[in-house]
Amino acid sequence: MTAVLRKELADYFTSIRFIVFFVLTLFGAAVGLITASQGIRQVNLPPDFTFLGLFTTSGTVLPSLTSLLALLVPLIGIALGFDAINSERTGGTLSRLLSQPVFRDSVINGKFLAATVTITVMIATTLGLVAGYGLRMIGVPPNAEEIIRLFIYLILTVFYGAFWLGLAMLFSVVLRRIASSLLVCLGIWLFFGIFILLIAPAIANAIAPVTQNSPEAELIRNANIKAMVMRISPNTLYSEATGALLLPIAVGSLGMISTTQASFMVANPLSFSQSLLLVWPHLVGLISLSVICFAISYILFMRQEIRAT
Amino acid sequence: MGEVRYAIDTHDLTKRYDNTTVVDHLSFHVLENEVFGLLGPNGAGKTTTILMLLGLTEPASGTARVLGFNPTREPLKVKRLVGYLPEKVGFYDNLTARENLMFIADLNGIPYADARKRTTEVLDMVGLTSRANDTVNKFSRGMKQRLGIADVLIKQPKLVFLDEPTSGLDPEGINRLLDLIANLPGMGTTVVLSSHQLYQVQRVCHSIGILSKGKMVIQGDIDALGRDELAGGRYLIEVETSQPTPQLLDVIKALKGVLNVNAEGNTLVVTTESDLRPDLAKVVVQNNFPLLQMKIQEFSLDDIYMKYFKEN
Repeated sequence: MTAVLRKELADYFTSIRFIVFFVLTLFGAAVGLITASQGIRQVNLPPDFTFLGLFTTSGTVLPSLTSLLALLVPLIGIALGFDAINSERTGGTLSRLLSQPVFRDSVINGKFLAATVTITVMIATTLGLVAGYGLRMIGVPPNAEEIIRLFIYLILTVFYGAFWLGLAMLFSVVLRRIASSLLVCLGIWLFFGIFILLIAPAIANAIAPVTQNSPEAELIRNANIKAMVMRISPNTLYSEATGALLLPIAVGSLGMISTTQASFMVANPLSFSQSLLLVWPHLVGLISLSVICFAISYILFMRQEIRAT
Repeated sequence: MGEVRYAIDTHDLTKRYDNTTVVDHLSFHVLENEVFGLLGPNGAGKTTTILMLLGLTEPASGTARVLGFNPTREPLKVKRLVGYLPEKVGFYDNLTARENLMFIADLNGIPYADARKRTTEVLDMVGLTSRANDTVNKFSRGMKQRLGIADVLIKQPKLVFLDEPTSGLDPEGINRLLDLIANLPGMGTTVVLSSHQLYQVQRVCHSIGILSKGKMVIQGDIDALGRDELAGGRYLIEVETSQPTPQLLDVIKALKGVLNVNAEGNTLVVTTESDLRPDLAKVVVQNNFPLLQMKIQEFSLDDIYMKYFKEN
């Protein structure tokens, strides 16, 4: 498998799509830094989380670094995986590759691992650069808790990327044409990213209809159903987990808080263990989603017949 | 005398795709260190047979031994010793010819220094040394085909399957490739050549097998097959002389083993039970008839192939 891993890594790091997405990510990092430098004074962060503000502060026009990453990471995953297997098939290299003395699974394992390593390198580099420049900019060093939170955020993001990668590889196994696997992946990305925002309220309103003067219980039920539907989407899981990890004061977004309750809320950040407890299901959900995607493509690839045609 | 060793030995090998039988109870064998031609019309099951022998696809029933291993159960052992050149061979376009070969060497666990040496050797064998550091996307179809041969040879296989290796090559390339193939048995490599180019097969193959609808219809030595199929197991010897007199016919007919003599102009066509050329020459010369030339009729693979597919 190391041979496949070596070649795939070399391929990825010299490929145009890697360079394009790396430049895009670095560009995103720069935008995020500029945004943070302009906005970080206004957001009134608790003193323990000043450094994390570098990653989460959004301006009036420009988005924050985390939201830019949330947009880019799925695309990176798709870009690295959508033609993993079917390009070998159409290029005529698959039968040559499989007639070498390697187990068939080391081909798909090597490819998946190489792409995951590539994603990890991209994101870790970006976070490292932002942390470094940010430190110079604001002059507030991160404390231990912030570093742990950032590290978990990195793991979360890598698994988020791995999910999209696994999905893209799944379609590269199932679909013979490269263009169709790319289109299907982008379709799913659109669905989870945008359409679910339109569908979730519709479903919630159909199950628990509310009007302006509905009792509070009804409103809460409607909002819960909406949140539940939204959480089908890995994008929602990822952004909620990001929020709880890096912006622990804004956890209100994870559940329904009525205005009356909110007025009694103390602006007290969640402790690390509580944040972790809150995002644990999200993290497990994302990890299992990526494992499931990869497992299905693994099984299909192992069973796929190498045919004469 | 050692026992006869088979590079490939199959029994009732069968493969079905969606209820169509592609390979049907195929039993055949290939001797070690010979060039075996696997022939047959399109869709006869040649490639499927090769894929089964490589362990890339599983037979529905039947058994196969390739170099003593079962390709279904021990695919890695088979693949370590066997090279395969697919019909539509492809390479990684973004890598150079040398890098493509080095990757295959890496997959075969060949140490780096050895791999570099062997890469240079095989590139030289196929005449691609000058293009070794060009990326493959600049290669023509024929050059890719030659690189495919180099790719098969880099692991120094005991057995190679070549599926239409000459397609896309120019006449000079074909000649070079056929010479290369003919030399492989001397280096300890058995060759299974699947092709439609009957003339090329005849030039390099020791024995052939013709597949039709998944069944092996004829198998054996080309000359023996020709005699069996086209001349009823007899030899036809043409004797050309400037004086085809009835006397000469009588003299030849009297020879032991001669079955029939026909005069066609200056040429006498002698049907015999065995190769009687030395005796014929002696008889003609001793009786003072001028002997111009004599040749034994060779059977072209074309004739054998066409005869079979005309009958069926």
